Amino acid sequence: MSAPHHTETIFQPALEQIERGELEALQLERLKTTVADCYTKIPFYTKLMDEAGVVPDDIRGLDDLVKLPFTTKQDMRAAYPFNMFALDPHDPAAGVQRIHASSGTTGVATVVGHTQADLDYWGDTFARGIAEAGGGPGSILQIAYGYGLFTGGLGAHEGGIRMGCTILPMSSGNTKRQVQMMHDMKVDILACTPSYALLIADTAIEMGYDPASEFAISGCVLGAEPCSDNMRKEIERKLGALVVDIYGLSEVMGPGVSCECQYQDGLHVAEDQFIIEIIDPQTLQPVPDGTYGEVVFTTLVKECCPLIRYRTRDISRIIPGDCECGRTLRRMDRIQGRTDDMLILRGVNVFPSQIEQVAKQFSELSGYYQLIIERPEESDVVTLEVEPVPAFEFDEIRRIEDLQRRIAAELKSNLQIKVNVKLVEPKTITRSEGKAVRVIDRREEGKNVRK
Amino acid sequence: MVKQITVFLENSTGRLASMCRTLALADVSMQAMTVADTTDYGVARIIADNPDAAIAALTDDGYRAKLVDVCAVEVPDKSGGLLPLLTAFDAAGVNVEYAYCFASGRELAVDILRVDDNEAAAKIIEQAGFKALRSSDLVTC
Repeated sequence: MSAPHHTETIFQPALEQIERGELEALQLERLKTTVADCYTKIPFYTKLMDEAGVVPDDIRGLDDLVKLPFTTKQDMRAAYPFNMFALDPHDPAAGVQRIHASSGTTGVATVVGHTQADLDYWGDTFARGIAEAGGGPGSILQIAYGYGLFTGGLGAHEGGIRMGCTILPMSSGNTKRQVQMMHDMKVDILACTPSYALLIADTAIEMGYDPASEFAISGCVLGAEPCSDNMRKEIERKLGALVVDIYGLSEVMGPGVSCECQYQDGLHVAEDQFIIEIIDPQTLQPVPDGTYGEVVFTTLVKECCPLIRYRTRDISRIIPGDCECGRTLRRMDRIQGRTDDMLILRGVNVFPSQIEQVAKQFSELSGYYQLIIERPEESDVVTLEVEPVPAFEFDEIRRIEDLQRRIAAELKSNLQIKVNVKLVEPKTITRSEGKAVRVIDRREEGKNVRK
Repeated sequence: MVKQITVFLENSTGRLASMCRTLALADVSMQAMTVADTTDYGVARIIADNPDAAIAALTDDGYRAKLVDVCAVEVPDKSGGLLPLLTAFDAAGVNVEYAYCFASGRELAVDILRVDDNEAAAKIIEQAGFKALRSSDLVTC
């Protein structure tokens, strides 16, 4: 890591280092309240739970969570605008303070309301992230997330308030001005998206600064989009600051649902406020810790828009074991992709991002991969096509075979299925934007041929 | 030592012909070619009169091609001609990765040997009384 290790303080030690048994008791108490609220105040949940044949009194232990039905994004869209609210936004006594909504670029927006208590809880989670990035009371916090219906800007803002930071509410855009203020005001912590943090760093360098040595910035809380390891290292190097990844989604709350600490080995989930489950998106059954699956959240303290078992469609896993930072809140891995991308190969759930993770470890390979799935007989045949880098010594067949064997062994150990590895000539894999692994599924074609 | 051109090829119809076309258009003349094939790909190894031009043309056309130093040794074109050299290699612990040969038409054959230790091999070739060829020798043979 290029940035120095901070001596981070823990913002809410009583909650972030809570003993497991105590946490579970707290979760159960809060879960009971949430379920009762949902059942009595939100007709959508009354109907959903009646159909599932479950009533609030059935929740006697945390194990009973699985009796509850799931909530989906479609449910939230269908509830537009206020049908998932436990409180009436027009009722002055209800105290709904603010509304956030997803962009709705792929359909109807999902709308979420927040009371003052909701915003305070949210602010606490983001403030944990500020502390994890090395910030504290009196830190100057530059917020370059967009302010508005998007949860980034105002979510970070709530965090700054709860922490007692001096907030610089820049919103996004006007990058030269961002750089100037960051320099002149000796900003300590930056909160924005990773791509914007990189743009700010590059703009500063273009303007003739060396932010790593000339700026006071020591930490960044970055979220709302994926950040690759290389991108993170580049931001850390250019700004001379520690980057922590913060996760959240507007339906559940916003940034702060989970956040990395300085060890950058998974994101500590705010388990005092949310129950995290990882499920198999096909069977909907929970998977063991360490196994990838769909992330599901149940909110525990939300007044206006509580959610029961919300399916995020994000793929991650629980990282088993304790973190060096001393927080007892469990860690989820960084998001590996979307459930929409999931493949079922010989009955095993595989995410293209897992394959990419394995392939990335081999310096002999370029960054382009293509996965071909065929079913010549009854069983899937999976082939990963990879392009070697120009420096790869292919003159000796044994080197090629050795490389293929090592990649295949690593894939087998990570995915639990056999994958054939095939080295191909340069530029034979079509370059596609965004995703590094192209998937060509020929299984249906095979069926048609047999017919 | 001579420069050998090694080309990584997909195992698909016409790929070898296409590679040869690229070399022909670059006016490269091949003296020897061997293709090691597996199910999925082939590795073509070529001795040609102008290796640098060959690499440039192949790379331009999108091939993965590189130059590899290999030993070229003149050996008598008769039974057991190569044996003393390989015996000497064995004794010295020099490992041969692959080898192929072509006849030069003068009662002498040329053996191409890819070894794991070029320096040691060069000494052994000389000590064993063989003539190591350079690229310029091959052009005229």
